[in-house]
Amino acid sequence: MLEYTLMTAYAILSLALVLAFIRLVIGPSLPDRVVALELIASLMIGFIAIYTLSSKATAFLDVAMVLALTAFLAAVGFARLLEKGAHRDAD
Amino acid sequence: MLTEILISLLVLLGALFMLVAALGVLRMPDLTMRLHATTKAGVLGVGLIMLGLVIYFMNLGVSARALAIVGFTMLTSPIAAHVMGRAGYVTGVPMWQHSIKDELKGRYHPHTHELASHAPPADAQAPHDGH
Repeated sequence: MLEYTLMTAYAILSLALVLAFIRLVIGPSLPDRVVALELIASLMIGFIAIYTLSSKATAFLDVAMVLALTAFLAAVGFARLLEKGAHRDAD
Repeated sequence: MLTEILISLLVLLGALFMLVAALGVLRMPDLTMRLHATTKAGVLGVGLIMLGLVIYFMNLGVSARALAIVGFTMLTSPIAAHVMGRAGYVTGVPMWQHSIKDELKGRYHPHTHELASHAPPADAQAPHDGH
């Protein structure tokens, strides 16, 4: 029974990944794209957790932990680039 | 058997929350609304899936790692959302056309990044102030 649940969860997360990727492609501004990237990182953490459930290899959880921290650093770096480095849309 | 049903329920619920987050990111009309959708639902989705993982393994090492992942997500996600919302406002990303509240309007200088705490002059106030 758990196998079917995990397959369904894979399908749902794949659909969510496609939706987030559409926003990543069409996002009108750079912050929109960074938001989509953040969501994709969260989805990847979910994927890794479900893969850990189906493969029973708990070492993958370390990867998810590192991914959670790296995504945060990426968002902060992009925000700093936007505020201090890039040109403004309002000008 | 009962634990299997519980784990399935938690994992499916977490995956559905992530789907709702992705739907919100795609469908919401505004940067701040998209942030609202992705942050809350993303944290809840990761938390529910990790809870299912903890119940499945019932192991101290796995529980500690899952707790660390949930803790890091809960710590970093609001900060990242705040920083992105601020960067979006500063760079002049337009708000939704039907937004009625912009408290920083008139109190923020877009070039010098200066914030003023006093009330803005009357001509700078939003037409739909109040409510």
